[in-house]
Amino acid sequence: MSTTAKVPVPVDESEPAAVPLRTALKAPIMLGVVTLLVALLIAFKARSGKTTFRLAADTDFFDLPEITVPSTATVATVVVLLAAFTAASALLVSRGRRTPVWLVALFAVLAMVGFLAWAAAGKSVPVIGLLGGSIALAVPLVFGALGGVLGERAGVVNIAIDGQLLFGAFAAAIFGTVIGSPWGGLVAAMLAGGLVALVLGFFAITYFVNQIIVGVVLNVLVIGLTSFLFGQVLAEHPDQLNAPDHFGRIPIPLLGQIPVIGPVLFRQTILVYLMYAAVVVVAWALYRTKWGLRVRAVGEHPKAADTVGIKVNRTRYTTLLIAGLIAGAGGATYTLVSVPQFGQEMTDGAGYIALAAVIFGRWDPVRATLAALLFGFATNLSGVLSVLGSPVPSQFMLMLPYVVTIIAVAGLVGASRPPAADGEPYRKG
Amino acid sequence: MTLELRGITKRFGPLVANDRISLTVDEGEIHALLGENGAGKSTLMNVLYGLYQADEGELVLDGEVRKFAGPGDAMAAGIGMVHQHFMLVPVFTVAENVMLGNEATGFAGTLDIGAARERVREISQRFGFDVDPDALVETLPVGVQQRVEIIKALSRDARVLVFDEPTAVLTPQETDELMGIMRQLRESGTAIVFISHKLREVRAIADRITVIRRGAVVGEASPTATNAELASLMVGRPVELTVHKEPAQPGPDVLVVRDLRVLDDTGHTHLDGISFSIARGEVLGVAGVQGNGQTELTEAIMGLQSHVRGSIRLGEHELVGRSVRKVLDAGVGFVPEDRQVDGLVGEFTIAENLMLNRSHGKPFVSAGTVRSGVLEEFAQRKLVEYDVRASGIQAKANQLSGGNQQKVVVARELSRDLSLLVAAQPTRGVDVGSIEFIHKQVVATRDSGVPVLLVSTELDEIVALSDRIMVLYRGQVVGIVPADTPRETLGLMMAGERPEGTAA
Repeated sequence: MSTTAKVPVPVDESEPAAVPLRTALKAPIMLGVVTLLVALLIAFKARSGKTTFRLAADTDFFDLPEITVPSTATVATVVVLLAAFTAASALLVSRGRRTPVWLVALFAVLAMVGFLAWAAAGKSVPVIGLLGGSIALAVPLVFGALGGVLGERAGVVNIAIDGQLLFGAFAAAIFGTVIGSPWGGLVAAMLAGGLVALVLGFFAITYFVNQIIVGVVLNVLVIGLTSFLFGQVLAEHPDQLNAPDHFGRIPIPLLGQIPVIGPVLFRQTILVYLMYAAVVVVAWALYRTKWGLRVRAVGEHPKAADTVGIKVNRTRYTTLLIAGLIAGAGGATYTLVSVPQFGQEMTDGAGYIALAAVIFGRWDPVRATLAALLFGFATNLSGVLSVLGSPVPSQFMLMLPYVVTIIAVAGLVGASRPPAADGEPYRKG
Repeated sequence: MTLELRGITKRFGPLVANDRISLTVDEGEIHALLGENGAGKSTLMNVLYGLYQADEGELVLDGEVRKFAGPGDAMAAGIGMVHQHFMLVPVFTVAENVMLGNEATGFAGTLDIGAARERVREISQRFGFDVDPDALVETLPVGVQQRVEIIKALSRDARVLVFDEPTAVLTPQETDELMGIMRQLRESGTAIVFISHKLREVRAIADRITVIRRGAVVGEASPTATNAELASLMVGRPVELTVHKEPAQPGPDVLVVRDLRVLDDTGHTHLDGISFSIARGEVLGVAGVQGNGQTELTEAIMGLQSHVRGSIRLGEHELVGRSVRKVLDAGVGFVPEDRQVDGLVGEFTIAENLMLNRSHGKPFVSAGTVRSGVLEEFAQRKLVEYDVRASGIQAKANQLSGGNQQKVVVARELSRDLSLLVAAQPTRGVDVGSIEFIHKQVVATRDSGVPVLLVSTELDEIVALSDRIMVLYRGQVVGIVPADTPRETLGLMMAGERPEGTAA
């Protein structure tokens, strides 16, 4: 064997991360459909007149001018740009690349400008109110999504987010009234959310009951329980039990006076600021701390965690409890901010939207927050447009958050991978 | 550190998994625990590692009796374990896996990932590993993942290291490297427990051998004992280790593969234009390190791959482009490489598993209804014929040991009229007794005139059964050589080198 010949090796190392074509195609197809829809707006129901975008709030350092544009021409320009974006995406995919996120984001903003220019023709769009309101509406979704991310990262599917939000809202209303301070209400809301989480954990972790079923049952249970108590007790004594003090707006000096950003982000209630903090803390704790490493290990490979001496079920319980506390705080938004009063089923399935945000955000706290903000925007948009008297029937606008959810989860989430042991109870041995 | 187990007994209900087992391991010694699958080796090690609590007996470390409530205690006492199924989180980096459970932290519980990286580098250097602390574990080859397991144990200052069937997933080269590492660890004074059922490896590396059978120690052996002695001690009866077969009587070529190309969904090439043929009554062995296109080859023949070009002719029939159903109807029998994933439905009974590939008609189904009488009679007959050890034909497949599961698969595939048998890793994770049996079946199939395509990563198995050997490397045929080709030559070919004088 003095001489040997090396077998020629097929060269395909040049493209290490080829994307499966079928998944990659979703983005250009979705972009194409949206482009077509916007084009149809002017093709079939062109609206004359000019649209005004109002950017100023009266407390800014300086006032940005209003921007007024001709409606149809703007939409036409937007359609051309959208088509260009779609083409770019298709071109990238045909070369085996992925459509970058910034392209999708820019596309979405453009499409939204086009839609608003059409829908609000002859009127003016309050941009600040639209965005600021979105944040306020997204608060329970963000808290819920953070709770969902934590639970699922530890391996427990937290379907009971809706129950935690609703029970939190209920507890906040009662204790906020009885204690006489919204802070008392907030603490009660968190404990209520934690309680729901513990019940979920008791069945799902200790007794291996199917987590999806327990979660859904808990949601229905909370609806039933709060509706019953509301009808029997709260409705009888609204002033003693269902009239909590509410958190007021706290404008942050300086930051709150930056045009556009200030009024949108920094003239909000304390709950919104707590939300900012919660996102940062959860992201930091999950990725940068010993606790987070262990939580992720337990959600990915509980047996491996067990063999290095981590108590799997104890970790899952504590994580789920923290998730419940966070989601409960989200519930407080319903009764301690704008309408200081509890109403039956007042979450309207927001917990499920938060769950969609968890998946859309690929089980990452920051991405899930952005997804929740998107859903908040969709909700607020329907409200703003109905006030403006848009040509779209209001029933359609009410569907918007849910349509956005479906498009986002089905169309734009690539091959996302949940934690490997998500939903799997851990049995020793 | 000296480890001593005294009379360890562990029961699961009526089953005695460990029956008064005693053994000692000294510092700087490799003590092999030899036994078939299901003999109770893993249970014993899980007791040692604190995952199970012993019902009786005690565990003594350096003369001191210890009780472990969990793996954390065992690790703190200096016991480390390299698990058969790696206990690594696939989406974590090497450093994260090594630090997990033993984290260095800074302010407010912040991870000190830098310290973990340093630890990985330091241990890697000490043993000459080439492991990148920031690589994601799931992207690493199995051999390297195993090193991460070793680093993980050593980073906790393990003085007793347990290797649970460490070579089951390794290629021959990786196995040799692992042996080197184990010797190095022995030199540095680590006490090593080496659990295996592979005789050659145990003899090659162990200082002492303890054999266990059905949960009890049946004897000690020295590494100078012959394979036959160890095997009979392990199985409890004399075992035939060499395969007796007559020279092949090859007839005309029946399976002719021409320029076969297989791509995956992402467009990567897994088989790059391979051609070969198998004659009537001949076994063609496919050798190669795992992941060089063997899986794709067997699946392409079965119609399980979606991007196949080229031609696979079986007698009159072209198989490329046919559905799996039609491939089966053409008379192809298939022993898949992972019986638990592709070979059996674990929740089904043995009888149901035996009819899986004939669920569409005669003899087991008529008018859309399973003829349970025919099936039961058939299953009963196969149970006896293939010596499947089970409580009965209604036992669920996942209650059987690996060897018995594989016998069910082989029984199902061989009980039809075959025109080709494709056997992928037919004895992986199977005990010595069953290996002997399955090998005999493969030879009998060949002798009945059926061409056999045998894929195995165990070179011994390929050499013992094949009439000709085809070596695959990165989706190409390095060469097709006679079965008496020297092992070293085959080893070189498996690394992609084509020795002079061999035909491509």
